[in-house]
Amino acid sequence: MLTFVGRRVLQLIPTLFFVSVIIFSLQHLLPGDPALVMAGEERDPAAIEQIRQHYHLDRPLPVQYVYWVKGALSGDLGESMRLKEPVLSLIVKKLPVTITLASIAIVIALVIGVGAGIVSAVKKDSIWDYAANVFALWGISTPNFWLGIMLIFLFSVKLGWLPASGYVPLTEDWRASLATMVMPAFVLGNAIAAVLMRHTRSAMLHVLDSDYIRTARAKGLLEHSVIFKHALRNALTPVITLGALEFGTLLSGAVLTEQIFTIPGFGKLIVDAVFNRDYAVVQGVVLVTATAYMTLNLLADMAYILVNPRLRG
Amino acid sequence: MKAFRLATAAVLFIASAGIACAQTALRIGLAEDPDVLDPTLARTYVGRIVFASFCDKLFDIDEKLNVIPQLALGYETAPDGLSVTIKLRPNVKFHDGEQFNADAAKYSLDRHMTMAGSFRKPELAVVDHVEVVDPLTIKIFLKTPFAPLIAQLTDRSGMMVAPKAASEAGDKFGLHPVCAGPYKFVERVPQDRIVGEKFADYWNKDNVHIDRIVYLPISDDTVRLANLKSGGLDLIERASATDIKDIRSDPKLKLATALGLGYMGIDINERAKNPLGSSAVVRQALDAAIDREALNQVVFNGEFVPGNQWVNPENYYYQQNFPVPKRDVGRAKALLKEAGVATPFDVDFMVPKGAEPQSVAEVVQAMAAEIGINMKIRVTEFATSLKQAEAGEYEAYLLDWSGRSDPDGNLYSFYKCKAPLNYPGSCNSDIDKLLDESRVPSDRAQRKAIYEKLTQLILDNKPILYLYHRRMLIAHTARLEGYRQLPDGMVRVVGLTLK
Amino acid sequence: MAEAALTATAGATSAEGVETPTARAIRRFKRRKGALIALFVIAIFIAAAALAPLISPYNPDLQTWSAVRKAPSALHWFGTDDVGRDVLARVIFGARASLLAGVISVAIALLVGVPVGLVSGYLGGFIDALFSRITDALLACPFLILAIALAAFLGPSLGNAMIAIGITTTPIFIRLTRGQVMAVKVEDYVEAARAVGNPHWRIALVHILPNILPALLVQATLSIAAAIIAEAALSFLGLGQQPPAPSWGSMLNAAQRFLVNAPWMAIWPGLAIFLTVLSFNLVGDGLRDALDPRSR
Repeated sequence: MLTFVGRRVLQLIPTLFFVSVIIFSLQHLLPGDPALVMAGEERDPAAIEQIRQHYHLDRPLPVQYVYWVKGALSGDLGESMRLKEPVLSLIVKKLPVTITLASIAIVIALVIGVGAGIVSAVKKDSIWDYAANVFALWGISTPNFWLGIMLIFLFSVKLGWLPASGYVPLTEDWRASLATMVMPAFVLGNAIAAVLMRHTRSAMLHVLDSDYIRTARAKGLLEHSVIFKHALRNALTPVITLGALEFGTLLSGAVLTEQIFTIPGFGKLIVDAVFNRDYAVVQGVVLVTATAYMTLNLLADMAYILVNPRLRG
Repeated sequence: MKAFRLATAAVLFIASAGIACAQTALRIGLAEDPDVLDPTLARTYVGRIVFASFCDKLFDIDEKLNVIPQLALGYETAPDGLSVTIKLRPNVKFHDGEQFNADAAKYSLDRHMTMAGSFRKPELAVVDHVEVVDPLTIKIFLKTPFAPLIAQLTDRSGMMVAPKAASEAGDKFGLHPVCAGPYKFVERVPQDRIVGEKFADYWNKDNVHIDRIVYLPISDDTVRLANLKSGGLDLIERASATDIKDIRSDPKLKLATALGLGYMGIDINERAKNPLGSSAVVRQALDAAIDREALNQVVFNGEFVPGNQWVNPENYYYQQNFPVPKRDVGRAKALLKEAGVATPFDVDFMVPKGAEPQSVAEVVQAMAAEIGINMKIRVTEFATSLKQAEAGEYEAYLLDWSGRSDPDGNLYSFYKCKAPLNYPGSCNSDIDKLLDESRVPSDRAQRKAIYEKLTQLILDNKPILYLYHRRMLIAHTARLEGYRQLPDGMVRVVGLTLK
Repeated sequence: MAEAALTATAGATSAEGVETPTARAIRRFKRRKGALIALFVIAIFIAAAALAPLISPYNPDLQTWSAVRKAPSALHWFGTDDVGRDVLARVIFGARASLLAGVISVAIALLVGVPVGLVSGYLGGFIDALFSRITDALLACPFLILAIALAAFLGPSLGNAMIAIGITTTPIFIRLTRGQVMAVKVEDYVEAARAVGNPHWRIALVHILPNILPALLVQATLSIAAAIIAEAALSFLGLGQQPPAPSWGSMLNAAQRFLVNAPWMAIWPGLAIFLTVLSFNLVGDGLRDALDPRSR
């Protein structure tokens, strides 16, 4: 186990290196000059020059890359050109938002996905199977920005049950906070539900077919006990690790959803930064979320091995 | 003991809730998240809206675009036009208690002119130096006479910052601005909210009735309006023209409008190697093929105002003898024949991202197609379009200019040879001379006469095809009283009450 | 006998009349009625896209300024949009852009991802480690950010959006192919092929590739679904199909301002996307069921 973890941690390093190169080049190869974007309508050549120098934009790309990596290794991810705030402090401010949103989304996803997966597996090839399928697939069959806008219109404008946008921290007022998060979390969770449904269904089908379950049935146990106590426990293991993985995907930024619902998380930060050519912000956030994603991956794999001794060694 | 603690907690809770309830808050929805909140370093339109609460300026404007006092009481231009004496308002305090006086005013102006990265430098480029005459008077010395100077002082260049706070914070001043406006900066969560609290020592505090202001950037137009309708916001800026009917028919909402200072136009790259760029006659043809009335009707339900000059038809400086032309396809085709151009030919049409520009571009494209000009629409995001416009990598560019209260702001940098906003790359020494001349006289009629000659030259060449002027559309809850919209689109927060 | 065993896997008819894997897959697929209906729906959309000029009631670019944002009527079955164009015509022609976007993006991902995954999985060693780390890095970056950056870099157009989506989908196929190859390369028949002296490229193409096709097919179908959604997202951000040419995504983008005044502008393209993507998802799931060696 230790060698496994050690090897995986070592693998993180070259991977992170590639992440940094990919995101750095993608940003800097984008057409458009951040100094010009900063200058906007007023165009003072002197001010533009000064911006270029201050942010090292006039140096060759490899040099800029080295500046950035050196800073990153010592904990300085640079500064947002637009807001003049350190990237790290922006990330720290937005982390609780994204984590809260992701957590609620995962819960919703688990409820919808696992529920649909169970129904679909137990009632295979029946109308319930297809209904559960469609229900869970609905999330990835509609553009999430689209779903978001429709939900806002229905629940905020027409019914007035939920606020249309904005964010209230959980610690400030948990009821208002949940009210602002329910719709975006639903939109996000809906998409993940499909993946969870597929895996729950396939794992359940596999388990329901196994000797272990045949024995339980033969012993005369009630059907729902068979399903819930025996099949589910076995089927759920891969699902849980998958949930952790998808949590990582969510952390990577629910880009469009946050934009529609104006949740000040990573997603919105990144999208605005890409369009404003605020390099340091995009690079910093992607680096942080990529690291988080890979760490979660590692933890999920470790958990999977712990639970499934056959995979050890 | 436990009961006592519970009771105390309950009382405190109710009291705090009571206090919170007694506080009125005005929640304003912005179309974008502002950039840095430093008047010297800021450049966004939406940032100016936020500054209207935090940072007062030397002067302001009224609905007729006249200059009115704010932190300054009046000004006097010397007969030779080379200096301006400004009298300042007494008994004004900054948010941190510092006194506002001539030293503070000089400090702020010097900061705008000299600080590294300042975007105000070109606006104050003509200023040589600022002198303190007495604690309530400053004198600005100019290198050459410059009529638009006072207009600059009605915007960010005239915003006063607290000297002690500004010199301590340096370029981090924007993270916690300290100025002399009706509201004090409380906090900012980027992309979430900007919060201001009533400033108890504001010089005009009797007219400030709302306790808190919260700015909430919501970039999606539909969602912003949805928030207003559901009661999540009290006021939104930049409502859509196509939502006007909806807003007017909602009894809980009101619409405040003013004809804007800017324009939407098509820049034609004169350096491009295509018939449109190389021939003024072809540009005249394209201009004649555009039906401005129909454009306004289709895209804006007739709510905006067609235009053909850099100021709108209601502006004093609009030249009445060059009215907005009607569509004339016959004339357009004749002009093309006169220019000897083979149709159809393609034109690369760079269009900024956004629902409005896209719709406008599609309609213009359909109109141009009728005379054989194929405008190939290329939706380009903001950053790329800036770069390409500057580098001349476009043939036609749909450009929205937000407008300045002085007509010089819509004119000079666009037509002067090699000026920063002269994307068409137009160059005419007669125009240059007239541009410089127009900046000298402080008398309006004199300036208008010079502009008449300029207008003739510009409309003959047409490097920019002016299409329309937007109405500034601010929608707010009917509970908000006293709100009037000014042509600059800013949301002024003094004199408002929230029921 | 050894020869027969080596090639028995890929759909050849066996001498004894035992059901071939392909036939078995087809039978199992037919059992999932949902997938069959979905396949039929996809066929309808493809036919509509192919026959667009013949079946469309109007030219999708024709602007009728007197009929702006008109509700569905006998003249315009789906209503008109914000510059007076017929929505039904635009939905039909838009099918071309959206379906193309889905298929071509995935084709790019397959063309690049499968060979890389094959090489990586088969050769192992340093090459495998290198490709795996790069693939991991690509998968760790948020998909939409990569797609936005690529599309912005290449320039806004439908073609470039397809390339951008294709490139960002490639890592999935690299990883999938690699995983499949590593599982298959230890099978007996591959060992046997190697023992007989087949060169590596022949083993990879003739013995390994056909056996991983089922998994690739399932993923390709699901990725087409995701690609169509991605095209809608890119169009929403202005980076996809350029106006006035229609695509369902750009139609949704234009429609969101008029949800209250002209909801039909949004309903029809939204429905089209939903039906198409849902169908691809159901077909993909059905294929997975049908091709799953563990099912009966």
